[in-house]
Amino acid sequence: MNTAINPAASSHWWNSRAMQRFLRHRLALFGLAMLVLLTLACVFGPYFLAYDELFIDLRARFSPPLTGDHYLGTDPLGRDIAARLLMAGRISLLVGFFAMLLSTLIGTVIGIVAGYYGGRVNAVLMRFVDAFLAFPSIFLLLALAAFISPSPVMITVIIALTSWMEIARIVEAEVKSLRERDFVQAGRMLGLSDTHIMFRELLPNAAGPIIVAATLTVARAILLEAYISFLGYGIQPPLPSWGNMLNGAQQYLSSAPWLAIIPGITITIAVTSFNFIGDGLRDALDVRTEPG
Amino acid sequence: MARYILNRLGQSIILLVIVSIIGFSVLHLTPGGPLSQYALTPGMTQEAMDRISEQMGLNRPLPVQYLDWAWRLLQGDWGTSYRDNQPVLDVIGRHLFATFLLMGSSTVISIAIGTWIGIRGATHRYSVFDYTATVGAMIALSIPTFWFGLVAIYLFSLKLGWFPAGNMYTIGDQSVLNYLHHLIMPSVVLALVNIAVWSRYMRTATLDVINQDFVKTARAKGASERRVLMKHIVGNALLPMITLAGMQLPNLLSGALVTETVFTWPGMGRLFLDSLGYSDYPVVMGLLMFSAILVLIGNLIADLVAAAIDPRIRLA
Repeated sequence: MNTAINPAASSHWWNSRAMQRFLRHRLALFGLAMLVLLTLACVFGPYFLAYDELFIDLRARFSPPLTGDHYLGTDPLGRDIAARLLMAGRISLLVGFFAMLLSTLIGTVIGIVAGYYGGRVNAVLMRFVDAFLAFPSIFLLLALAAFISPSPVMITVIIALTSWMEIARIVEAEVKSLRERDFVQAGRMLGLSDTHIMFRELLPNAAGPIIVAATLTVARAILLEAYISFLGYGIQPPLPSWGNMLNGAQQYLSSAPWLAIIPGITITIAVTSFNFIGDGLRDALDVRTEPG
Repeated sequence: MARYILNRLGQSIILLVIVSIIGFSVLHLTPGGPLSQYALTPGMTQEAMDRISEQMGLNRPLPVQYLDWAWRLLQGDWGTSYRDNQPVLDVIGRHLFATFLLMGSSTVISIAIGTWIGIRGATHRYSVFDYTATVGAMIALSIPTFWFGLVAIYLFSLKLGWFPAGNMYTIGDQSVLNYLHHLIMPSVVLALVNIAVWSRYMRTATLDVINQDFVKTARAKGASERRVLMKHIVGNALLPMITLAGMQLPNLLSGALVTETVFTWPGMGRLFLDSLGYSDYPVVMGLLMFSAILVLIGNLIADLVAAAIDPRIRLA
């Protein structure tokens, strides 16, 4: 787009205006740095720790952080919190990422089809979106999680099933506004199939809002996973997740507050990073959406 | 206006039908489907299950079953709780007050603080205040509500002992003051996220209004800055907030559920979780449908109020 106006400008994506605007957004860069650090720690960190996430050190149960050789202390069973935190991060980040992919896929397809065909198709699909939005997401999520066997894959699927609606709405509005533009008309005159117009012509033009919404969906998915796992309906022990590490924490709140504080701060850092990055992308891609 | 009301009412009824179809589908996902109560009984044979299934009409075509289920729902027959054998609607009704009390008080707090932050952020755009509020709102939106509740309990109940750690009142003391004392911490915890949401939306809404011609006209006519702000800017910026309040309702309900579980607040959220724990599926399904209907009604009311105030909406 940039090259058409100014042929002299480099066409590399890292020189694009959007990229430069993103790099000027300090919060977004901060979020990105935190996220990269967190991801690296979760991927490589466990290899550098003395204990794995399942090792039970019976003599060191309830050790507070920074005492002995358990850097972040131990849980009620004597398992190393640092090791559990990093292994849990792998699970929680993966669940968040794949839930985002799946819900973006569902939301985008429904949004494009509804926006492109308009009329009755639009009415039916968008009423479905509205109906799904009427259910408080946590109620629907918990009911589904309690009814099915909670494997990490199923948790990811049901989180996606309860968070695709925002993206569908955004994509529908975007496609509706692009539908009558010249390049789409030209495509129709060339005899391109509807599928080709929708996914090859319209989809790239709606990429900005989708990317922003997808980033914020990761944040939301991590929060949802944390909450249902905290209640015991999400990721099941012994597999650790940030949410289920908090599961027993309320009970030991006065004697071992670090059990609650450490995973909670980690969740907040991860979610804040995604929200900061989403905000930066919104500015960079010049997306006019409601703040939230 | 009559035309708008009819139109909007029609939409709500269509939505209600779709919501009930989704609810019916979820019901059939329950372990054992509608037969779950019997599936859990020890010593249940397949033959007996088949017989009950026939008695309950579960061998009929799904659309017929759906219509039957929806008809009973409309008549107020929402099934019986497995746990205490009482009608589901009565069980839900007993928990409504606590949830409404929590949601109401928290909404008052979040609207009061949120609109103030939003307006100030917009009128002092790019100031230190605005920047802090923006970053603060993003962090507030990232803190898990249930964890924030745990931290609040740790600090203000366990360490400082200012507020009780849970429940709605102390047994044997049902004075208003006692309720208030229990109410403060959960409603502030629930308000945090909503303050963030309201302040962001209010900031955008105020910025949309602030440079419009009628604001300039008001200034040109010599209205005081205070009058311009309060009457012309804030008055018009608050309009879209009415619709927003309706749209926020499902999130508010979700948040209330989360808060109730941490603070053992005896509302719908606590009931939902307890019922899940007891596999009391009729109550779970009842709450799912009830909350969706509540949200639809809330949206309808918000839209009608907005239309009553703003002719642009009802004549569009």
